[in-house]
Amino acid sequence: MEPILQVKDLHVSFQVKGGEVKAVRGMNFEVGKGETVAIVGESGSGKSVTAQTIMRLIPSPPSIIKQGEIIFQGQDLLKKSDKQMESIRGKDIGMIFQDPMTSLNPTIKVGRQITEVLIKHQKMSAGEAKKQAVEMLKLVGIKNAEARFNQYPHEFSGGMRQRVMIAIALACRPSLLIADEPTTALDVTIQAQIMDVMKEMQSRLGTSIILITHDLGVVAGMCDRVIVMYAGEVVETGTKWEIFKNPQHPYTKGLLRSMPRLDQKKGEPLIPIIGTPPDLIKPPLGCPFAARCDQAMKICERIDPSATVFSETHTARCWDLHPMAKEVQSS
Amino acid sequence: MDSNPIKVMPTPVDLTAEDFRKIGTDEKEAEVIQRESISAWRDAWQRLRSNKLAMTALIILGLITLTAIIAPWLIGKIYGYNYYSNDLLYTNKAPSSTHWFGTDDLGRDMFIRTWMGARISLIVGLAAACIDLLIGVIYGGIMGYFGGRVDEIMNKFSEILYSIPYLLVTILLLVVMEPSLGTIILALTITGWINMSWIVRGEIMQLKNREYVLASRSMGAGHGRLLFRHLLPNAVGPIIVTVTLSVPNAIFAEAFLSFLGLGVQAPVASLGSMISDALTGWLYYPWRMLFPAILISLTMLSFNIFGDGLRDALDPKLKK
Amino acid sequence: MSKGKTLIEVEGLKKYFNVGGGNVLKAVNDISFSIAEGETLGLVGESGCGKSTAGRTILRLYEPTAGSVRFNGVDINQLSPKKMKAMRRDMQMIFQDPYASLNPRFTVTDIIGEALDIHGLAGSHAERKKRVEELLDMVGLNPDHATRYPHEFSGGQRQRIGIARALAVNPKFIICDEPISALDVSIQAQVVNLLEDLQDRLGLTYLFIAHDLSMVKHISDRVAVMYLGRIVEMADSEELYANPMHPYTKTLLSAIPIPDPEVEANKKRILLEDTASGPIGKEGAASGGLFDLDNSELVEVSKGHFVSMPKKG
Repeated sequence: MEPILQVKDLHVSFQVKGGEVKAVRGMNFEVGKGETVAIVGESGSGKSVTAQTIMRLIPSPPSIIKQGEIIFQGQDLLKKSDKQMESIRGKDIGMIFQDPMTSLNPTIKVGRQITEVLIKHQKMSAGEAKKQAVEMLKLVGIKNAEARFNQYPHEFSGGMRQRVMIAIALACRPSLLIADEPTTALDVTIQAQIMDVMKEMQSRLGTSIILITHDLGVVAGMCDRVIVMYAGEVVETGTKWEIFKNPQHPYTKGLLRSMPRLDQKKGEPLIPIIGTPPDLIKPPLGCPFAARCDQAMKICERIDPSATVFSETHTARCWDLHPMAKEVQSS
Repeated sequence: MDSNPIKVMPTPVDLTAEDFRKIGTDEKEAEVIQRESISAWRDAWQRLRSNKLAMTALIILGLITLTAIIAPWLIGKIYGYNYYSNDLLYTNKAPSSTHWFGTDDLGRDMFIRTWMGARISLIVGLAAACIDLLIGVIYGGIMGYFGGRVDEIMNKFSEILYSIPYLLVTILLLVVMEPSLGTIILALTITGWINMSWIVRGEIMQLKNREYVLASRSMGAGHGRLLFRHLLPNAVGPIIVTVTLSVPNAIFAEAFLSFLGLGVQAPVASLGSMISDALTGWLYYPWRMLFPAILISLTMLSFNIFGDGLRDALDPKLKK
Repeated sequence: MSKGKTLIEVEGLKKYFNVGGGNVLKAVNDISFSIAEGETLGLVGESGCGKSTAGRTILRLYEPTAGSVRFNGVDINQLSPKKMKAMRRDMQMIFQDPYASLNPRFTVTDIIGEALDIHGLAGSHAERKKRVEELLDMVGLNPDHATRYPHEFSGGQRQRIGIARALAVNPKFIICDEPISALDVSIQAQVVNLLEDLQDRLGLTYLFIAHDLSMVKHISDRVAVMYLGRIVEMADSEELYANPMHPYTKTLLSAIPIPDPEVEANKKRILLEDTASGPIGKEGAASGGLFDLDNSELVEVSKGHFVSMPKKG
């Protein structure tokens, strides 16, 4: 599959009082055309920083992009000028954010917020833009689109606003949509609807999606491939089947074990992951998960493991997967 | 669930079997906090200290205050003049080695008078700010904490007071009462506290719905504990900033009143009254206006810069 | 219910807020339930359904508009301030936001020790310190961190501090108001296990308020589902999930994403039109919503399984 986005060896840091927080430490992944890739991780794992770096929306200072390449349609986004980025954002890459309450401008009518994008990037006339905007509102499932076009954001509920955000982000038919926790602020019933809208839009427009989330349930329903991040590193990647049915990294396994499931019998205890993620102002020398890992070995504290490959899509970084680990433990 | 890897990670050469011994985890170990412990106050102080401009302002303010305290008597003794004795043979002299800042139209030494004026201005500024603080915090605290009807009535009262032109109130008061330092301070504070009370009210209203306040209530805490242990300490940042910024306002207001002839009465001088006195012959004797004007500008500028620095230090969210 | 005697009885509880213009927000609109000693009742619903307000009104952090809350048979809304203060030792709360629920100017010792001070439970300074360290140890925190400030801890650690604070007065009943929704997935299980462990050790009774149905199912003996200020269904947790009867409960259950691609691929969602304006209106007016709740009542359809059904006649 032809990748439309390749992130290569990305390192991003934040300058804070008392040092440098190494938020992303060597991120590598690809997104194929029409594919939905989930980046999963807990707060501070670097998933949102990665998304914002791709969009070049990350404020600098305090952030510093240390090294790496972000190749989008054959060009390195990190080498683009701010001006060039402006014409890529919204046109070739769309983005939706976590909080639909604050990501729309409250003083501008909803319709105009969509037409603005179209007029700017597609050079449409006002009339064409309006027609297209109403079309988009209909597509994302807003009833009475013509009337809603002239309303202000406060007249929309949270779920409706997120639909509008999707309409804005997809108005110019971008080839990539980055959704940063798009349903975290919404209720479950609304979340389900928004996920359906995103899937529907993807199948119509063929957009690739990067979904940033901490919710494994959403991932299972929505994505093709999953990237599991921990402490600024990718610890495991695979198709959703590989990740959910055959996880290899202790962190992925731990996450799945620690979540209660509706279809589980009562009385089964939860198995939590102990401790807290490392402070990335002083990242551990070895595997970042070692301090919380029940499989930890001496080597884990000393050297950060590289990837073991299980299939074309499935890789995991853990010393326990090394052949020597099995030999020693069985002896 | 075992899978067979199709490609194994490269092995660093020096690995031994020993490296692959399990070490397990220690729950307590996994909860250790690495960063150094620091209170909110020390954190703010460190931020303030790293703000060079604000620290310079603070040092200048310190020097001005110190000089205003000691110059009129200590240096006056050595140097042999005071602020009120006139020498009609030595009127309107330019700065020289005997009179560092020159003399005024009555032959009084300008150096001592300028610092005496600074002292009066600072006293007025600080006293007014302190009174504003006291009344504003109590009044605003009650409004914000109790809310509802109490807040409505008290807030209406302060709004009415605020809507009366402040200059009118002040001038009336100064005409009715004996003009003195006390009267000026009273005149400045009669409406000056309102701003502070609104700031405190807003802060308290916002804070009282925080979960830690609810938590304290759910444990049975009374009004006193809630107000003095939880609410006011967390509102103290904006309060300090408001106080700091209200000092130059009061100094300026006093200078303005003195300039109109409503301020302190001769022979006592404030920086404002000195500038007013110097107005008559300022083209011929510019030093009479220059030194008090420089000092008042420097004082106000320093207070404002320092106040801004304090705001940034106490509320880092405002500034990235 | 095989558990002990009834500890908490909530009857006809209402909490209306004045929102101006003669309108009231009926945040909690006539809810009734009881919780037995040692039992956990889960209260679930989406944002704005009134579940948090219900929790706060039960603890009398808000004065109720109508209804009663009885603790061990005593109506707490009739208590004098002095008796109420003593009663607060028995009823405590754990809050949602581990960042907003701890006073940033207090050290951990002062946060946990505050309840001891209010009720005069620690005679001396040393006694207070010892008790705080004991509590920290109980919730799995390092007592060496007692002099630190809340912002130095992670979310999960802060939530443990909040739990230690609630435990300081040896309460019998704790309202857990979304105690894990602000935490990371890998931390949630730690806190839930801690809460379950403490319940076993100290014989606590919980009202567990949350929007995460899978977690509620895990921790609760019984679950009540709230919608627009009312309880629409209440049953044993197994029963509720196996046999949901109210359409709202069904919608809610079908919307929860399950971390299993197989289940997700075969799932059928029941969608609900989002037309409810919320429970704001004139005091006497109908509160709207989808299910004509004004003319409904809770009916026991099978043992212990209550569903809101239209009133007959």
